[in-house]
Amino acid sequence: MLQTQETIINRQGYRLHMIQSNKFKTLHFVAKFISPLSREHVTKRALLPFVMQQATKNYPTANAFRQKLDDLYGSTFSMDGSKKGEMHIITARMSVVNPSYLSTDEPILAEAVQFFNEALFAPKVLDNGFDPKIIAREKQSLGQKIESIKDNKMQLANMRLIEEMCEGEVYKTHVHGYPEDFDAITSESLYNYYEQVIKKEPLDIYVIGDLSELNVEALFDQYIERATNGPIASMQAEEKTVTKPKEIIEEESLQQGKLHFGFRTHTHYSDDDYPALHVFNAIFGGFPSSKLFINVREKNSLAYYAASRFESHKGLLFVFSGIAPADFKKAKKIILEQLEAMRAGDFTDEQIAEAKLLITNQYKENLDEAYGMVEMLYNQQFSTKDSMDDFVARINAVTKSAIERVANRIELDTTYFLTQKGVE
Amino acid sequence: MQYNQINETVYQETLSNGLEVLLVPKPELEQTYGVFTTNYGSIDNQFVPLGEMNMVQVPDGIAHFLEHKLFEKEDHDVFQEFTALGSSANAFTSFTKTAYLFSTTTEIKKNTEILLDFVQAPYFSESSVEKEKGIIAQEIQMYDDQPDWRAFFGIIETMYENHPVKIDIAGTVDSIQNITKDDLYTCYHTFYHPSNMTFCLVGAFDAEEMLQVIRDNQSQKSFDPVQTIKRERVVEPAHVNKDHEVLHMPVVTEKCMIGIKETTTEKPTDFIKAELMSEMILDYFYSKSGAYYQELYDLDLIDGSLGFETERQLSFAFSLIGANSTDVEQFKAVVLKQLDTFKTYMFSDEAFTRMKRKMIGGLMREMNSTSNIANSVSQYHFLGIDYFKLLPMLEAITKEEVETFMHQWIKSDNVASFFIKKETQDD
Repeated sequence: MLQTQETIINRQGYRLHMIQSNKFKTLHFVAKFISPLSREHVTKRALLPFVMQQATKNYPTANAFRQKLDDLYGSTFSMDGSKKGEMHIITARMSVVNPSYLSTDEPILAEAVQFFNEALFAPKVLDNGFDPKIIAREKQSLGQKIESIKDNKMQLANMRLIEEMCEGEVYKTHVHGYPEDFDAITSESLYNYYEQVIKKEPLDIYVIGDLSELNVEALFDQYIERATNGPIASMQAEEKTVTKPKEIIEEESLQQGKLHFGFRTHTHYSDDDYPALHVFNAIFGGFPSSKLFINVREKNSLAYYAASRFESHKGLLFVFSGIAPADFKKAKKIILEQLEAMRAGDFTDEQIAEAKLLITNQYKENLDEAYGMVEMLYNQQFSTKDSMDDFVARINAVTKSAIERVANRIELDTTYFLTQKGVE
Repeated sequence: MQYNQINETVYQETLSNGLEVLLVPKPELEQTYGVFTTNYGSIDNQFVPLGEMNMVQVPDGIAHFLEHKLFEKEDHDVFQEFTALGSSANAFTSFTKTAYLFSTTTEIKKNTEILLDFVQAPYFSESSVEKEKGIIAQEIQMYDDQPDWRAFFGIIETMYENHPVKIDIAGTVDSIQNITKDDLYTCYHTFYHPSNMTFCLVGAFDAEEMLQVIRDNQSQKSFDPVQTIKRERVVEPAHVNKDHEVLHMPVVTEKCMIGIKETTTEKPTDFIKAELMSEMILDYFYSKSGAYYQELYDLDLIDGSLGFETERQLSFAFSLIGANSTDVEQFKAVVLKQLDTFKTYMFSDEAFTRMKRKMIGGLMREMNSTSNIANSVSQYHFLGIDYFKLLPMLEAITKEEVETFMHQWIKSDNVASFFIKKETQDD
């Protein structure tokens, strides 16, 4: 029932994924470059998407670049870097209104494809480098962005938790990069790095929308010149067993304390028990019917939010809640009791059935969202097992003992509490 | 009603109890989104309760408190009814509306009935009201720690003298302590009458079938006769309350908000034009393609975080421009100078075409999302505006209209500013 009509074609230098769908009034293009996460390159990879959106060969100022998008009926273009396990992905996204809804004869679509490719493959170059003025200004912006994370306490607590928990592992690398690297990055060195990304890294391009009348391959082939394309990288991440759980308490000027936990699941995307981890999380803390929400919020009125989320590739589980600073011990005890209850099998068959429905529902809803669909399809490449239909079948096959098994494998690694100055 | 240009169909019916039903079938989707909205929000804090004679004032934050409490019944929590079907449910309270919603990929009929039934069967008790105070206090404190939220309400408080838009939607930790179960019932009976509400469904369903489900559900319940709700009309001057305010907070990055207080209009065509034009103008100058964005960027006054928005309702309207800045004073000075140019600015034909095209594309993109469609169809319906007619209305706007609007937009006394500044270090 869950047919996504994805056709994958290996073109010269890239994999083209075409997804026919009549759900949208727009067409969407997504390009993804992937590389192992590394402390050495991360700041360059964080800067690149900003620099590339400032100027291209034919649109040499940010104004000209953005005005072209406006001319294309308010097309949108964005680019960013993200972490997936211990890999780093640079993603460019563009959407353009399907011309069949517009009263125009202009070749909007061909121009949009051209724009997308220009943004990726034809940046503005001065003397074998990017424009030094752009680099300087974008370093400054990125620096400010990194600083302002401190003004978002939830993000700050999350970042600090991962720093503490993954000390010594590459996963702790900040996706925004490090201001102390800025001085060493010149317009030439960044451009050299860019060329490596563009020429060497595995590239996947997704095109989604009503493609029935389009020759998508021809549209893209004319812009992409790459000798070869690597296979999608395999997702290896460092495994660590907890020797002694850490507890970190830090103070800030704030009203609400942020109590976050980091666990190791030892269950990964390609494992047989991966669907059971989904069901575990749905019962434990993924939804408003989950144990965390019911016990921390509804029964004890300690928090407005209390939830859990897992990371599939590195094998991590996080719990987040916002509590009054004085409630630390009480909230911590209740949260950890919920995990104990999961380990002891203290949940019913009805809860399991409900969890499966919730996951399936959420999964299908994602298929109504173009970029959500791309993320799922891209993820699928990292596993040999999954097709979309299989996923639902695998969720439905999860047994109670598998959920308990997953729960018992989960280890608490780090408790992080960001609290108010001067409150015990 | 069919809308050929965008390929959408809307089924609309007013039931005998006054409820407006709006159905937008989209069979190509997996998901269905339902939203039950009452024309009641945080600004409705003074009114004549149903069946009474005198105006009363209720505690700040009560509409939002009521939204939380409707989910709790005598023996269960309504979330559980939705999650048992695999659906998700939620609710939100704005200045003027409270909305309850679900999204699902199965059992549309059951989800619809649960939504209608739980909103129409309140159960408030002293103990459950007390319990909720702790949860909402944490919600308020979470927002209190967010500089963006503080800046948003900061600029509104600076602009408004009397209008209840200046009150934080969730109230304060103190104000919610005064809320009682009787207050909740008073608000509920006054504002949750079907004639003050809409029910909208967008997604994969058969419209005739669902219409019948809703009719049957409603005909089984009895309601008081339809009455007009008397809400206090606060007199608010056209000029800003204060020109400038500052809040000191423990922030790393300082913020500046500029607010334009606008005149209101109740005539639907004028309303929608004003809304579209103010959005179009702000976008033209302050989005990343805008000349004024570029100027602020070139002067190193923004870090890429510039934002703008327009909020227009029947009794208030304002537009905001805000950003993180390393020099809030200079940011303010430049933006005020830029806004001053609006008084005489003329667009080239090329520029006007571009700004309109961008708005058209934005509107089409919004229509990719079921939740956006459902919320917009509902909210515009209360204003007497048909959401799917926005596109032709937008297409009909002329350059001269936009210029005329813009030339009278900025006055000598309707612009205010608000800073979030670092705390002075003394420890």
